[in-house]
Amino acid sequence: MKRSEKIITNSVKIAGSSSILFILLIFVFLVREGLPALSEVSLKDLFSVRWYPIEDLFGLLPLISGSLVVTFTSILIALPLGIGTAIYIGEIAPKNVKEILKPTVEIMAGIPSVVLGFIGIQALSPFLREFFNLPTGLTALSGSILLAMIAIPSIVSIAEDALYAVPNSYRDASYALGATQWQTIWGVVLPAARNGLLTAVMLGIGRSLGETMAVMMVTGNAATTFSGLKSVIMPVRTMTATIASEMGEVASGSVHYHVLFFIGIILFIFSLIINISSSTVQGKSKQERGQVIS
Amino acid sequence: MRRYPEPKESRFGITRQQSQKIGFSFIRLISLITVLPILGIIVYIIVKGGSHISWEFLTSMPSDGMRAGGILPAIVGTFYLMAGTALFSIPLGIAAGIYLSEYAQDSYWTRFIRVAIISLGGVPSVVYGLFGLGLFVLFCNFGISILSASLTLSIMTLPVIISTTEEALRSVPYRFRVVGVSLGGTQWQTITRVILPQALPGILTGIILGLERAVGETAPILFTGATFYLPHLPSSPLDATMALPYHIYVISTQVPGMSSGVQYGTVLVLMVFVLGMNLIASLIRSRARAKRQW
Amino acid sequence: MTEPKIQIRDLYLRYSDGKEALKGISLDIQPNLITVAFGPSGGGKSSLVKVLNRLIDLSDVDEMRGEVRMGDLNILGKDTDVVELRRRIGVVFSRPIPLPLTIFENVSFGLEVAGMRDKKKLSERVEQALREAVLWDEIYDRLDDPAASISGGQQQRLCLARVLALKPEVILLDEPTSALDPVSTAKIEEFLETAKQDYTILLVPHNQQQAARMADQAAFFLQGELVEYTDGESMFINPRDNRTQEYVQGRFG
Repeated sequence: MKRSEKIITNSVKIAGSSSILFILLIFVFLVREGLPALSEVSLKDLFSVRWYPIEDLFGLLPLISGSLVVTFTSILIALPLGIGTAIYIGEIAPKNVKEILKPTVEIMAGIPSVVLGFIGIQALSPFLREFFNLPTGLTALSGSILLAMIAIPSIVSIAEDALYAVPNSYRDASYALGATQWQTIWGVVLPAARNGLLTAVMLGIGRSLGETMAVMMVTGNAATTFSGLKSVIMPVRTMTATIASEMGEVASGSVHYHVLFFIGIILFIFSLIINISSSTVQGKSKQERGQVIS
Repeated sequence: MRRYPEPKESRFGITRQQSQKIGFSFIRLISLITVLPILGIIVYIIVKGGSHISWEFLTSMPSDGMRAGGILPAIVGTFYLMAGTALFSIPLGIAAGIYLSEYAQDSYWTRFIRVAIISLGGVPSVVYGLFGLGLFVLFCNFGISILSASLTLSIMTLPVIISTTEEALRSVPYRFRVVGVSLGGTQWQTITRVILPQALPGILTGIILGLERAVGETAPILFTGATFYLPHLPSSPLDATMALPYHIYVISTQVPGMSSGVQYGTVLVLMVFVLGMNLIASLIRSRARAKRQW
Repeated sequence: MTEPKIQIRDLYLRYSDGKEALKGISLDIQPNLITVAFGPSGGGKSSLVKVLNRLIDLSDVDEMRGEVRMGDLNILGKDTDVVELRRRIGVVFSRPIPLPLTIFENVSFGLEVAGMRDKKKLSERVEQALREAVLWDEIYDRLDDPAASISGGQQQRLCLARVLALKPEVILLDEPTSALDPVSTAKIEEFLETAKQDYTILLVPHNQQQAARMADQAAFFLQGELVEYTDGESMFINPRDNRTQEYVQGRFG
């Protein structure tokens, strides 16, 4: 009886530790296929501004710039919308509105990015082209808008949790001092939920940065570097879209192949930093709350 | 210390009640802006794609270079991928969740595991695609196949299943474990006979949501298993396969002369798939809440 | 003089947070009696109960030393089969904690995890246990109902029945009636009076009156020390130690 229990306990332990194995595997294989790029392309070339693989030009800057522009713009849109919606659902909305709103946001979370990309091509890009009078509707802004729609559900759900976690005693204390609900939300609840909201934003950034299909389909895929505000309504190319669109046509083991994996390493490290720091922030908020109450 | 103005006193000519009214309206507007596009998109897809859905569309092979006929291979392929993902990720994910909830002590190793899970959850989908390519397609020599794609998707789905399993188990009151053990049950017996059954709805919900995401993803299967043209249905796990998300991507960006009816119809099928799973998960969740025995 | 059922020598227990729950107590629990462990809260009574069936393993313990034996069995031993131990020493907790299963399954749980599969035998043992716990007549027609659907007093007797189903040698009860109404309390006390013929019973009472009612032997615990241990009558009418006297007379609580 005791031996079988031991076997089970050990198997479960191994299963539990498997995630460590997988994250290491991912790192190992990215590095295995991506590191050669560093020896095949000089660092100076890697960080130049021309991405033109056909002519052996592997400058990553336009791709990094493209990702950053699209992500940044999408957060500008998603942040107010996401947190605003979270505030509405969490603090203001009456019960019956909540019951419609919450499932809708959940549905939003489930929409595959390729479907959003499709709608982007069919409806969003033509609209933007008309609206801004552009040569093409495939721009960074199109990508940002779609990314915002992808990031918002994550932001809403985490922000909502953060607001929910603020103890009611804080709100009650504020009301007792004569503040209105609006003042309470802004003066008490939001500051108290600061860490959770920060986490929500960081995870939203992470999602936007890592998104592939939607941006690939509507950003025009022109590897240009940021050159002022106008770039937002011009085509760009993100790191993710580059990998996705070029990997299929690349010879295994070629320089291009290695560089694409190298881009993957960059994305991997970015996402690691964002995720680990956001969870540290989340951990801090739990600590803080405990101290404040005592 | 800040002094809030007295109720009748006003700042900038408006009272606090008025500014709250304005603020609330603003927040309501934001929530509307957030939510309307999704509803609009869903309606739009139903309207434009609904007419194209027919039994034939769902069950026959495509013709005329995908421009006509049905999408059976894509639907079947998606099913196979979902089954493969479920096969690998469910047992491992649940076991790992059980470990974290029931066995793991607070130690460096456990914290390391949690960091790994968070990291896995944050890896961009296209990086998963690269990883799958490097490890399964090339290194393990499974080639571009259902097997490679499923394994890749499984690792991507793992964090969701592990987290929801752990949470579901933790939500079962501790006292049941004490009782189970006090009656001569081993830890494993107590878990499997008492705790796990109670946590099952939560675990199931997590599985469904995890699989829902896997079904909608394109980037991880791009270079690990998806193909556009398949003359017949896949007959072994080592075959490549068509899949709905990838199919949508190609027919909306790379096939000239594509009928929009086919496009919207295919998108609608994927949406039904995904939203259907969403619905099932919600139903399980609400039924479980009603039936709770503590 | 019969041999004690459980022998405790110099039992010392300290939790990870520094609290010394038991400061070297020694005690012989006699068979076929009701031994009552009473005293103000924090005295170590609940900890003692947890030690006896090794439920203490679930808590964060810094140090536990001493000797606790039941016959040949070293209860504190590292190699002791605690699973088997818990079948021989059963426990009823202060709040009724029915498992989220049916009434039948609650009672059969201990038997099933021990490996009993024969449905007929299970039914027999379940009925036997429910009768012993004076619960059978009230729920015999509802065995497949969820255990959570019966009243608090019935649930506690259910908790008793599931312990009895294992035919233990010792029954530990930690304030078993604290959540119950007087009628249910009386039923449980009634059970204990008859049950002591077949079992060894250690009872942590809910209040002093219960202690006085039930004690054949009584042990007074104060802040982790066993202050006095004597027969029930002497303890409550004429205790020897000053501290016992003050507690019994209600000077502190």
